[in-house]
Amino acid sequence: MPTTATDYSDVTGSEASLRRFLHGLPGVDQVGAEARAAALGTRSIKTTAKAQALDLAIRMVDLTTLEGQDTHGKVRALASKAMRPDPADPTCPAVAAVCVYPDMVATVKQTLGSSGVNVAAVATAFPSGRAALDIKLADTRDAVEAGADEIDMVIDRGAFLSGHYLRVFEEIVAVREACARPGGDDAHLKVIFETGELQTLDNVRRVSWLAMMAGAHFIKTSTGKVQPAATLPVTLVMLEAVRDFREATGQMVGVKPAGGIRTAKDAIKYLVMVNEVAGPDWLDPAWFRFGASTLLNELLMQRTKMTTGRYSGPDYFTLD
Amino acid sequence: MARDTTRIDVRKTYKLFIGGAFPRSESGYSYVVNDAKGKFVANAALASRKDARDAVVAARKAAGGWAGRTAYNRAQILYRVAELVEDRRPQFLLAVQQSEGLSAAKAGDVLDAAIDRLVWYAGWADKLTQVVGNANPVAGPFFNLSTPEPTGVVAVLAPQESSLLGLVSVVAPVVVTGNTAVVVSSYDRPLPAVTFAEVLATSDVPGGVINVLTGSAATVGPWLASHMDVNAIDLTGIAGDTALATDLEVAAADNLKRVRRAPAAEPDWTLTPGLDTMTDFVEIKTVWHPMGV
Repeated sequence: MPTTATDYSDVTGSEASLRRFLHGLPGVDQVGAEARAAALGTRSIKTTAKAQALDLAIRMVDLTTLEGQDTHGKVRALASKAMRPDPADPTCPAVAAVCVYPDMVATVKQTLGSSGVNVAAVATAFPSGRAALDIKLADTRDAVEAGADEIDMVIDRGAFLSGHYLRVFEEIVAVREACARPGGDDAHLKVIFETGELQTLDNVRRVSWLAMMAGAHFIKTSTGKVQPAATLPVTLVMLEAVRDFREATGQMVGVKPAGGIRTAKDAIKYLVMVNEVAGPDWLDPAWFRFGASTLLNELLMQRTKMTTGRYSGPDYFTLD
Repeated sequence: MARDTTRIDVRKTYKLFIGGAFPRSESGYSYVVNDAKGKFVANAALASRKDARDAVVAARKAAGGWAGRTAYNRAQILYRVAELVEDRRPQFLLAVQQSEGLSAAKAGDVLDAAIDRLVWYAGWADKLTQVVGNANPVAGPFFNLSTPEPTGVVAVLAPQESSLLGLVSVVAPVVVTGNTAVVVSSYDRPLPAVTFAEVLATSDVPGGVINVLTGSAATVGPWLASHMDVNAIDLTGIAGDTALATDLEVAAADNLKRVRRAPAAEPDWTLTPGLDTMTDFVEIKTVWHPMGV
């Protein structure tokens, strides 16, 4: 792994050099990664530490709705919830962002106003990514113009799996350019790998480096439409990648596991892993996010349990 | 040299029954169960508040499906449970004898009564609506129908003395109307409840409809009473403990749980139960329907 190079232009110059670099990355010991993830999951986080972890996890949530049946009314309700997740408790923090399809961005933006909650939009023919490049770019520009603060793009998994790494690279670069706004203040780019389709952890490490070299602000596990979605071992490998990338280049890249994180306990396991693998610098909504919908209610229920001393139930939180 | 033929005892540590599976207690604790004469019989899992929480989650998950079954189907399933208890006669006889210190004949009577009680409640499944429901006369062109609907998730603190007949008599009326139950068994006499859970696992009762926790009602009860996702609680298991019963009733008031209050002393379970055992845990729903449409 490079330790001094900060510029990868020689690596990304040609298909062959890119392939040589990505295949030169050390292989991932799958059994080891799974064991490490499982071991970190056994840490006991209680009382004040738990209360702090729950609040941090709430602040890291990208509250997501990506259904064909989404309506403007529904995303408006979700945006309201994002700003004040627990109306009964003003000390409950807001979430990081609301994640929707591009045509809903304007509605969400209007509802969120200057609350500080970001609008994220999935783009580039989400979730399959099977469209021509100019359509993907138009999709992205559309969302950026509508006011999206963050763009979640999907990579072309077909190209990646058949070894056309440069094509994937160039696509990410092009989408990042499409995220630019005239007055600066570009939309942040999250790159979704759909790790459930990438087969091996070696591939996860390669695609992480590929996306980071192409300028991703965030690397994200999954769309939530494919099983398995986010898992602890996959996130472990991605956290190692961002840690190593910072060591190599000084640049920090965020990580976002998405899909399949349903319980507060799971969320806390991820936070432990972030702290242990990438480091405490990543324990911030600017550098780590949860892509989730049902997770928020679970976090709120646990939070209520901590403050009231009795178990809460789903009846007391909004359905979304 | 003669071979030593002394057989080593198989010392069992029983587990909980939550969501159709038999997990160990989340706490890892178990406790010693002695027979009526104080001799060791087995270990039972000591349920913690987190087991209670998991059981409530399982019961809530099962609630919709169970309430949605036809009353006739619930009757069949309950009847099937009675059949399986009958099948396991020797095991239940032993468990009741050990737990309650009864003679074989007396334990047989208790077991007969318990099986009959299950059959009795099974019969009520598709008849309760006719008895406590009504077609109300109203001043307008409407059909006005009142019917009993299940309350939801019911926590049941099972009797401490009557470990099988008492248990069946508090659990069957709760589930027959479509509720799901989280049952805390008798602390000193949990083994009939454990065997009953094994029957439930092999009958057609869907996982989560009846969850059996072995342990202390005084420890687990307060968590169930204050749990915002439990709709009702039966305090029979703390009969006579007025102070604890008051605390639990206060805790239960937070989300307006239905409460079946703790009796002063454990009732005589051999008597035929009243309909109130079932109607305490139903909600009357009234529907107005226009005539001639």
